[in-house]
Amino acid sequence: MYYVAIIATLTTMALALIRALLGPSVYDRVLAVNMFGTKTVLLLSIIAFLSGRPDFLDLALAYALINFIGVLAVLEFFRRGAIRKASNNKAGD
Amino acid sequence: MGVLLDAISWLLLSLGGVFVFIGGLGALRMPNLYTRMHAASLTDTMGAVLIIVGIMLQAGASLAAIKLFAILLFLLLTSPTASNALASAALLAGMRPGEARTEDEEPGK
Amino acid sequence: MTFLFSAFVLTLLVVTALAIVRTGNLFVAIMLTGIFSLLMAVIFFLLDAPDVALTEATIGAGISTVLFLGALALTGEHERTGSTNRPLALVVVIATALIVIYATFDKPRFGDPQAPVQQHVAPWYLEHTPESIDIPNSVTAVLGSFRGYDTLGEVFVVFTAGIGVLILLGSAPAMRSGKDRTRPVRSSEGLRHYLIPRVVGRFLIPVILLFGLYVQFHGDYGPGGGFQAGALIAAAFILYALLEGKEQALAVLPRQVLTALMVGGALLYGGVGVASMLLGGNFLDYSVLTSNPITGQHIGLLLIEVGVGATVMGVLLSVFHAFAARGGHEKC
Repeated sequence: MYYVAIIATLTTMALALIRALLGPSVYDRVLAVNMFGTKTVLLLSIIAFLSGRPDFLDLALAYALINFIGVLAVLEFFRRGAIRKASNNKAGD
Repeated sequence: MGVLLDAISWLLLSLGGVFVFIGGLGALRMPNLYTRMHAASLTDTMGAVLIIVGIMLQAGASLAAIKLFAILLFLLLTSPTASNALASAALLAGMRPGEARTEDEEPGK
Repeated sequence: MTFLFSAFVLTLLVVTALAIVRTGNLFVAIMLTGIFSLLMAVIFFLLDAPDVALTEATIGAGISTVLFLGALALTGEHERTGSTNRPLALVVVIATALIVIYATFDKPRFGDPQAPVQQHVAPWYLEHTPESIDIPNSVTAVLGSFRGYDTLGEVFVVFTAGIGVLILLGSAPAMRSGKDRTRPVRSSEGLRHYLIPRVVGRFLIPVILLFGLYVQFHGDYGPGGGFQAGALIAAAFILYALLEGKEQALAVLPRQVLTALMVGGALLYGGVGVASMLLGGNFLDYSVLTSNPITGQHIGLLLIEVGVGATVMGVLLSVFHAFAARGGHEKC
């Protein structure tokens, strides 16, 4: 009975990977990575139960907690890039 | 009672799988970034809730159920936040909703 | 069924790896590396190696992306395109690949109980963990006690890597302070204007710290230990730095503290070894630390895990700040 959910999650991971490979914009790729991360959390939770080792849920918990740091770093990266671009334009670079 | 719980949990897991799959399909097929984001967030919230509640019913009252609840709580907090941050980043870079821009491969330039 | 899942995930892994090699855009490569790391964690998990998977999770999920982006901010967006026509290199690569593939024919089947790795020391470790160390997670017992030397070596490798990055990117405060004044504060204030990430992040930071401590001290019983905990706690502070700006983060944990953590952790680990020598045992033989050998093992493991955690955390945060200090000030 866990298999439906596992297969759906794995399929969605593959779809997200295709989205990450296709792009077209970088944000689509970030979106795909973020989606991939959530699917990993779900997949790990289901597999932990399927294999009868609920102790291993710690792993899914770790992902659920820190997965979005990457997206925040991307936002900060673009913000900094925008500031740099603005100051470069001012300097006539 | 046990059979009923099993049935409900099976139903939730399958429904969650369907939601996750539809969201994944949407993230692949939708025409532009913001609509794709909408589809992707469907898998992060509705799909995650259904699947994790489904597993929680299997776990019963145990430490695992508490951990699953924590996972669900953090997922529900972080993925919409991540979507928000991503949408902000995209807007910051001048991507307007509604136009299907495809050439924007170079952020920070 | 698990075999099918593993095969599927491995296929995705190969596709991702090929895509990373093919892309010329480094930002795209970083994003794909994130996916690669997630897939690796799933594979480790499917192979019943939750400790390794947890390490991959804590490092790969956030910190490596953050560090890669920090490095990317210092360089250009695109890979330099050299000449792709190198027949000699191609021949060497193909020959090596064929040799490696040929070598795999001699490998035992996956999970084969007759494989040398299952016959050599592994059964001895599993047998002796309950009686001589008495903790449920034999991975921690092997890493911390039976193979304490190796882990000490790893800690020194991490430490050396941290020193290397600090020497290369070393933030000389004197050099920066002059620029700091001329530069508007705006450039380093982090995501302070983004209300939603900030509110959620503020809620998450203490939870991540708490979970990090849990992983640190629960390593004897479940997956986890110093490496993972150090990375998790570093992730919490990196999140703080992203949200509130790195100056604020440095005010909370100044560079000196990070260096002290980095050095102190490695010293603590080595010190436990020296202490056990002084008490009449071998280097890193924790049994002599107290009158009861098993309690001694527990205390020794606890101390070295704290040492590992402190070093990993200090190194990761120092590296992060070294990149961040450069990125905000120099045009590239």
